[in-house]
Amino acid sequence: MTALIVKSCGPMTSLQDHGRYGYQRFGVSPSGAMDRRGLALANALVGNPPWTAAIEFVHLGGILSASGGDLHIAVAGADCALKVDGKPVPPRSTATLEDGQTAEIGPARSGTFAYLAVAGGFSAPPQLGSQSLHLRSRMGGLEGRPLQAGDLLECRETAHPGAHMHLPADFAQEDGPIRVMLGPQDDYFTPEAIRAFLESEFTVSSHADRMGFQLTGPTLAHAKGFNIVSDGIVEGHIQVPGSGQPIVLMRDRQTAGGYPKIATVISADLDRLAQVRPGSPIRFRAVDRDEAVAAARAFKAWVESLPAALIPLRWTPTTEDLLAANLIGGTVHALDPVLPE
Amino acid sequence: MNASLDRSTVQAPRILPCGDCALSVEFGDTIDPEINGKVLALDDALRVAAVPGILETVPTYRSLMVHFDPTMADYAGLSQRLLSEAQALTSQTVAGRRWKVPVVYGGAYGSDLDDVAERHCMSPSRLIELHARAVYRIYMIGFMPGFAYLGGLDPQLATPRRVQPRAKIPAGSIIIGGAQAAVASIECPSGWHLLGRTPVRSYAPDRDPVFLFSAGDEIVFDPIDEARWAALERAAEAGEPVAEQVAP
Repeated sequence: MTALIVKSCGPMTSLQDHGRYGYQRFGVSPSGAMDRRGLALANALVGNPPWTAAIEFVHLGGILSASGGDLHIAVAGADCALKVDGKPVPPRSTATLEDGQTAEIGPARSGTFAYLAVAGGFSAPPQLGSQSLHLRSRMGGLEGRPLQAGDLLECRETAHPGAHMHLPADFAQEDGPIRVMLGPQDDYFTPEAIRAFLESEFTVSSHADRMGFQLTGPTLAHAKGFNIVSDGIVEGHIQVPGSGQPIVLMRDRQTAGGYPKIATVISADLDRLAQVRPGSPIRFRAVDRDEAVAAARAFKAWVESLPAALIPLRWTPTTEDLLAANLIGGTVHALDPVLPE
Repeated sequence: MNASLDRSTVQAPRILPCGDCALSVEFGDTIDPEINGKVLALDDALRVAAVPGILETVPTYRSLMVHFDPTMADYAGLSQRLLSEAQALTSQTVAGRRWKVPVVYGGAYGSDLDDVAERHCMSPSRLIELHARAVYRIYMIGFMPGFAYLGGLDPQLATPRRVQPRAKIPAGSIIIGGAQAAVASIECPSGWHLLGRTPVRSYAPDRDPVFLFSAGDEIVFDPIDEARWAALERAAEAGEPVAEQVAP
């Protein structure tokens, strides 16, 4: 049996796949990878289907070792250095972790959520069709909890030839304001509040986790109260409680809630929002459905194009690769806030 | 959530956009069995029809959340179809299944029972009588896996939530908050009042079925004494439903 052994990792490290769908009517949050783009890329590099469960690291990295055989691994998502037995692996590339070797994932230099995929995937039993951890309901993951030092993650047998691949260019991601569609309850807000929402800068507060990102910024005034009879919640909903400070609901959101929702982040921009760090500024821009759907199609097309876009990894990395891969030791800025849970 | 029990006229259904991957079909803005009945009727109709592009529907008190794949579904056609189906519906007044749920009231099982009784100037036994004689409707399952939101609480028992929510209440807690009642499924934080506890697990990951209750089902509570707790708890632990289906 081939396995990955966790030597150390941050407190919120967990298994995540595409999410647990079909059970929201029973109160089950979908959860799933905060950055699907990163998940899909890490999986493509090891020859897996895009939504195979991977290890999600939150801000901090970790150290893992292979046991019982060789493993092919790849890391994507937040910008993290990957070293195998101390040797840097170029970004967006497959690496081999031989039996007994150690992989070190550095802390995120930018972004928050990084994914380590292993060829074949992990054999942790899925719960309600998904391996994703939803911590608040202790569902999925490894025994319904985050990973910790000493954990042994059994890996599935794989018939992959195990070529080392590399993606030359990352997804050309929008870098403007986060795109939203107004509604479902924008009529609960004053016109001034809508304008303030779309024209002001907000800051992602330290209260940002897999469930939701609390923002700070101008107070958004409700036109007719802030309590509504609970209705359904989708990922990306931006709810505004009595404080007037918006909260973007993320993958671990509840299935229903009772605050008015001023707008909804379009699906294609949720990954990008997930990687905005606490303390960073963000802005919103309202788009129409056509633009949102075009962006969703572009993302889907990118995921589908990934296997063909990979090229064999060159064994002599260019200076550029080395510069990108090298990390002044994987330091973390002393002022970087640690993501709470 | 502010659960208003004011009866209001049922409004014409409307479609609210929820980003590019979902829409909400809203039937009203209050907690009302007729409104909820329409939500469940549309939910049933869509599950039978298996509309291409629809991934999942989620009934709540007063609206149905419809999740769809934006790269497959045509929004204009989908929303038009949902709106005309919603307008044509009659409320699903036929209840789903009715469950008899055993409850140990008070003491360590319901530590707020005496306080709530005192607040309403009634004896604990009168409170138990009022709570246990109602027929409750499950309006929706939400908050946590299997957590059942109930309508039908006797208005005399409406109790504002605790000022200090508890960080944890046990699985199976029978609770009230405002005009609402609930059966808590797993350990969770709560600002509601604990009246009792049931050995029934509305969510049991290793049992078939994993979820016992559905929106639209009815619940009646069966007061039991502490002596019966241990046996029922063991049965529930072994995967028995423990809740008895008494109708239909």
